[in-house]
Amino acid sequence: MDAVVFVAAAAIIVGGALGVVLSPNPVHSALMLVATLFGVAVIFVQQEAHFLAAVQVIVYAGAIVVLFLFVIMLLGVDKAEVLTTEPLGGQRPAAAAVGVAGLGLAVLLAVQAAEVTGARSLSGKLSGDESNLELIGRSLFTDHLFAFEATSALLVIAVVGAVVLARRPREPEEG
Amino acid sequence: MLSAVWLVPALPLAGFLVLLVAGRRLGDPLAGWFATAMVGASFVAGVVTFAGLVAEDEEERSFTFRLFEWIDVGGFKVDVSFLADPLSITMVLFVTGVGTLIHLYSIGYMHGDERFSRFFLYLNLFAFSMLVLVLGDNLLLTFLGWEGVGVCSYLLIAFWFERNSAAVAGKKAFVTNRVGDWGFMVAMFLTFLALGSLTYSGEDGILERAGSLPESTALGIALLLFVGAAGKSAQLPLYVWLPDAMEGPTPVSALIHAATMVTAGVYLMVRVAPILEQAETASTVIAVIGAATALFAATCAVAQRDIKRVLAYSTISQLGYMFLAVGVGAYVAAIFHMVTHAFFKALLFLGAGSVIHGVHEEQDMRRMGALRALMPVTAATFIVGWLAIAGVPPFAGFWSKDEILASAWQDNKLLWAVGAVTAVLTAYYMSRQVFLVFFGDARWREADQKSPDEALAEPEHEPAAATAAAGDEAEHHGDEPHESPWLMLIPLVVLAFLSIVGGALNLPGVLTLEHWLEPVLEGDLHELEVAGWLQITLALTSTVGAVLGILAAREVYLRHRVPAERLEPEVLQHAWYVDEGLSAAVDGPGEAVADGAAAFDRRGIDGVVNGIATVVRTGGSRLRVVQTGYVRNYALGISAGAVLLMAFFIARASF
Amino acid sequence: MVDDQWYLILSAVLFTIGGVGVLVRRNPLVMFMCVELMLNAVNLTFVTFSRSLDDVGGQVVVFFVLVVAAAEVVVGLGIIVSILRRRPGATADDVSLLRG
Repeated sequence: MDAVVFVAAAAIIVGGALGVVLSPNPVHSALMLVATLFGVAVIFVQQEAHFLAAVQVIVYAGAIVVLFLFVIMLLGVDKAEVLTTEPLGGQRPAAAAVGVAGLGLAVLLAVQAAEVTGARSLSGKLSGDESNLELIGRSLFTDHLFAFEATSALLVIAVVGAVVLARRPREPEEG
Repeated sequence: MLSAVWLVPALPLAGFLVLLVAGRRLGDPLAGWFATAMVGASFVAGVVTFAGLVAEDEEERSFTFRLFEWIDVGGFKVDVSFLADPLSITMVLFVTGVGTLIHLYSIGYMHGDERFSRFFLYLNLFAFSMLVLVLGDNLLLTFLGWEGVGVCSYLLIAFWFERNSAAVAGKKAFVTNRVGDWGFMVAMFLTFLALGSLTYSGEDGILERAGSLPESTALGIALLLFVGAAGKSAQLPLYVWLPDAMEGPTPVSALIHAATMVTAGVYLMVRVAPILEQAETASTVIAVIGAATALFAATCAVAQRDIKRVLAYSTISQLGYMFLAVGVGAYVAAIFHMVTHAFFKALLFLGAGSVIHGVHEEQDMRRMGALRALMPVTAATFIVGWLAIAGVPPFAGFWSKDEILASAWQDNKLLWAVGAVTAVLTAYYMSRQVFLVFFGDARWREADQKSPDEALAEPEHEPAAATAAAGDEAEHHGDEPHESPWLMLIPLVVLAFLSIVGGALNLPGVLTLEHWLEPVLEGDLHELEVAGWLQITLALTSTVGAVLGILAAREVYLRHRVPAERLEPEVLQHAWYVDEGLSAAVDGPGEAVADGAAAFDRRGIDGVVNGIATVVRTGGSRLRVVQTGYVRNYALGISAGAVLLMAFFIARASF
Repeated sequence: MVDDQWYLILSAVLFTIGGVGVLVRRNPLVMFMCVELMLNAVNLTFVTFSRSLDDVGGQVVVFFVLVVAAAEVVVGLGIIVSILRRRPGATADDVSLLRG
């Protein structure tokens, strides 16, 4: 049963990713991205990271992709990009080579890491009586409190920054 | 008394400085008297130092007076110090003595010249340099003086630089000397490399330690120093500058090119005698070149027409004798002959100057003759000089030349033979000169009798003195040759006296000079082992040879038995075309070498330097291509780097 | 039971696709989306290891990655907006003033 879910989710993920990369129209790319994110959320559920799955859908698919679409529509860059030509010579073959090499190495690593060695439960046990949400919450607000607070500050700064960046330049007074 | 040694070079230096500032104001003749006084005072200081040396015991006769520390870099230490020992004081005495006489003579000779004070300026500078050369206690200080006299030689030869031939002669002298200086310098480097010091005696003394030199090093040093000496003392093949140096005023020829500067080379060789003793081959080379030069120059002197050029070649020949002596190890004989030669050669040159002055700047001997009656003092002193150089006893030259010949006989009969033949030739050509100038017909009365290509006869010689002579003419008897003023005659008389009694310096048996120089030469003295009767036989042989030479000259030039032209062939007049040969060599191959060196410098060395710059620039412009400005290219670079790193770590972890 | 290595391979593939996408696409927004893909791949890896090592820290990290990705998108889109407003139709290749 797990295998079927995994294969299906994997197919959605990979298909969506390819769609993002290969679609000429950015709107299509955004929609493909949503598909990928959903697939990842399914995998999260299968890994019993329920909280993260929920956050993934809400934040990523629900907010970030929407933001993308807003910008696309706002700026009118929804025209299709010409994908056949590549102005920078050698970029595509090089990118392909790098991709293949990177993938090969990563797969090699993954296969070798089938036996995971390392200290278990360094930050805290995952399995146990409490629910996933409780475990993450406890860890977040006790062990990783400072990082949590810093991230909050980061969010505020990001919002301020975005507002500043996206403002229209003020018109000069004199004519 | 010994500490007076520093005054010896200091006084001429002071004279130079004063004349530099105030010479023009002092003018003619005060500047001359001042300069003479300076050199005279230097002579007195030399005598005082000499007295101080004599007062010491024989073994203690070596005094170093340190003025100041000059160089102290790493292991290389050179002080400005003066070494007063028998050898250097001997040199000082005759340099300053003869120098004073020549300064005195010049006051009269250069009277009326518009650069009168400058002449004495240069003369004093020369005296200073020569004394530093002689008194220096290390090779570097000697070299300093060496260069100084070279510069003064150039300045004085080209004194009348308006005349192109004089300017060219000055340059020739300087450049030829420079070739020799190269040898001196490399010898200094070698000495320092081998012995770690350049000082003659004392704690780092190189002379005491010369015995420790391996033979090849000693040979190198000796031969290189001889190259320097050959340049300075006009030996084959670096003699070519001396005949042309006669373009300078006659006192210059007397002082520099007869008595003092040219003897610097002999002095140097005697000073480094311990090194020569270590390298037999070097001594042989020196002796052979000395003998060859002596003979060569004598053959050339036979055919010269200019009164001064005969004496120039004669000087080269006599210097050859001195080097022959050095080569066979007879160092005392070399010094002895140097001193006597200074006396009679200076006398001869000054006498020639007097003659030139008297016949109103005529230098071609074919236009002289029968001057005996008109210039009696000049003639008498000149004849004394003639007899001295010809080797007629009991004049000075006989004793010194015979000592050399005896030592040569002891070493190598062939060398003796060359020396003996040269002696005969010497007597012959000097007699020729005397007969042409002072005896015979009064050819100066005839206007343009001889062949027209006597360019030497033009009155471009000594232009300023010519105007003075024109002034004198009004006082004297019209166009007739006349005797010179007393200022010029006194030195002649003094030198004549010295040429007569000079032999007393080192009479066989008494050997005063040899005993005097013993502390300096110590173990290098080659005892004259020729038996007494053999010495007398050799002496008689050379005397007979001298007489033969004189008689032969008389037959040709007085009695006209043989036409003179036949005995003065072109090849001898042009000194076996050595000059022309050297010019051709330098012009052709020499210029090619210079061009090659210039091309190598331009293409090779500049090429390397410019090439580095070009490589950097080209490399930069090629590498510039990487900066495309496209973010995606940079991202590609980052990704590629990351993949490589990953590969590296995986590989490391696997093994 | 699916072995961990399949998850890891999946995330590797996702990462590679995202990486190549960044290198190949010119539209800035699409490039950004590809970056999001890469971040997701990383998240996947973290969660996988978190489960196999029985460690809650891995999931906490994912949480933070998510938050920071959100902030990053906000700022990044702000930049893109300001650039594209000045020059509509600009692509990643048009900002090449640093050309040497």
